[in-house]
Amino acid sequence: MKNKRLDLSYSQMKWETIFKQILKIMSVLILVLVAGILITLIVESMPSIKSLGIKFLWGKVWDPVQNIYGAYPFLVGTLLTSFIALIISIPFSYAISIYLGEYNPKGWLSNLLKNTIELIAAVPSIIYGFWGLFVLVPLIRTFEMKIGVAPYGIGVFTSSLVLAVMIIPYAASLGISLIRMVPSPLKEGAYALGATHFEVIRSVIMPYTRSGLFAGVLLSLGRALGETMAVTMLIGNTSAVANTIKDAIFGPGNTMASVIANEFTEADHTVYLSALIELGLVLFFVTVIINLIGKRIITKFTNY
Amino acid sequence: MKVIKSLQLAVVAIAASCITLSASAQENTLLGAGSTFVYPLFSKIFAEYSQKHDVKVNYQSIGSGGGILQLTNKTVDFGGSDAPLNADQSKKIGVPVLHIPMASGAVVVTYNVPGVGALKLTGKDLADIYLGKITKWNSGEIAATNKGVKLPDMPIVVIHRSDGSGTSFIFTDYLTKVNPEWASKVGKASAVNWPTGLGGKGNEGVAGLVKQTPGAIGYNELAYAIQNKMEYADVQNKAGKFIKPTLETTTASSNVELPANAEVSLTNTDNPKGYPITSFTWALIYKDQKYGDRSAARAKMLLDLLWYNIHDGQKNCAPLNYAPLSKSALKVAEKILKSATYDGKAIL
Repeated sequence: MKNKRLDLSYSQMKWETIFKQILKIMSVLILVLVAGILITLIVESMPSIKSLGIKFLWGKVWDPVQNIYGAYPFLVGTLLTSFIALIISIPFSYAISIYLGEYNPKGWLSNLLKNTIELIAAVPSIIYGFWGLFVLVPLIRTFEMKIGVAPYGIGVFTSSLVLAVMIIPYAASLGISLIRMVPSPLKEGAYALGATHFEVIRSVIMPYTRSGLFAGVLLSLGRALGETMAVTMLIGNTSAVANTIKDAIFGPGNTMASVIANEFTEADHTVYLSALIELGLVLFFVTVIINLIGKRIITKFTNY
Repeated sequence: MKVIKSLQLAVVAIAASCITLSASAQENTLLGAGSTFVYPLFSKIFAEYSQKHDVKVNYQSIGSGGGILQLTNKTVDFGGSDAPLNADQSKKIGVPVLHIPMASGAVVVTYNVPGVGALKLTGKDLADIYLGKITKWNSGEIAATNKGVKLPDMPIVVIHRSDGSGTSFIFTDYLTKVNPEWASKVGKASAVNWPTGLGGKGNEGVAGLVKQTPGAIGYNELAYAIQNKMEYADVQNKAGKFIKPTLETTTASSNVELPANAEVSLTNTDNPKGYPITSFTWALIYKDQKYGDRSAARAKMLLDLLWYNIHDGQKNCAPLNYAPLSKSALKVAEKILKSATYDGKAIL
């Protein structure tokens, strides 16, 4: 006699394998996609690599007329804007995480704030660009006149400020969820020992969530490195290298992503186009390297 | 299950719409791509044309460089460009390409100097400003051409386009002609290594920075500057006259002896009435229209359209702030269109 229960479990088994395969294929597909992007970038940037060599990385001149291309000003611009933005954004994203994760985790105010912060991430970047150009730039110009630097208004500092606002939600919303997930027995134990709210945060919540919070920061850094539109509108787009630190921060600059966005459509000869693609390749590697360093730091700090 | 079914439906629907789209694209739709500058004019002319004839034109304004690339790949019937093909591009295409002038446009020098309502500039001074050699509005060179104007003691903030564009090409082409130092140090291209200043993205980026920054100087398309009510300078032409950029003076700049292929830079024109920073915008087509599986009818359709553009279509220029073709430009354009062939035989 046929055992019906066994039949069913066969089909269940079959479905189990199929499901597992689907998951596997999906993950491998992503890997193939990333590898494909990398290979395309390398192949397409061959003409530029051949004609310019490794000098491309520290060349300071970007001259499409003479066919001389150097990525240095844009490399510096990308790193400078991203890290300044990160430094500005960290106090805000940590404060928001702690407030909404620990001090005020429930209720309408908490929900309203959390949704508002997530909304920041949903605003298209061109809106930030326009807001920066028409609202922030005049303010920065007045500020720059007061501290005695050239009052351009636009520049590295302005784009970093806007970038900081744009990346806050990435670190903050991850931080909120992480802090809310800290097991209450741990916190209650600390309170029972007479710890104050602040002491609980410092000695229980922070150590427990440190690597997660850092991962959030890393996520926002990745966003800052690749942001194009808002930065292009605010950075001043000059490939001249600044001479002083003051000029480098408050003066105009340029980033790799915005050079690509600016010049790609009209790159009218082979080496030029290829140099722009090589710029994309450099950006790809910069992102990978920064992520790897971040991963190392995370594993180093996660000791339990 | 429901989800899967609706997904299937969606896929079928998309596939079906793709098939119908590509079917309709073949018969009576001409494809074009390129210059964003000429896009408003083209869309007006093409809309008018499709009302009278059973021809639709799909023009994508992706930029001159992109249009040339698409023409090279033979994915469009014609390209639109604000600059003639360069050596690299013609080599890639490999066969003769016709440049048909469609209209002309001017690039004007916009500025924002408090208290200054009219400004006159020579080409050499303009280049020196963009080289970073003249840095103050009240410097001797500018004062010399602006007698009676009270120029403030203010630093000049130079604004240029940050994106590669035909506007930059026309502007740098002019500076290259009038200032030897510019020619040797910077040169002409749709994107150059700017010695000084800030970059704004697009016409609106430059205009935004010029309007906001006291002491700024920039350059914009004439049409854009008119629509946005910006102040722009009179520029000295080859004959030594300071010319106010208008549609008339722009058209005048092309009313000179033109070469038969019309691949000519109009900047620094010989015409004493012409404004010196101007250019044609061209439609680009293959000289021999028989390539791939193109039919003779399609080639005829394309040439009829372009013929309409340079004749009846020209009345749309002025209301949209484009300068219509001058008499000599029209003559050359007609000749070029007539030189197009299909399998060696003339089409028009």
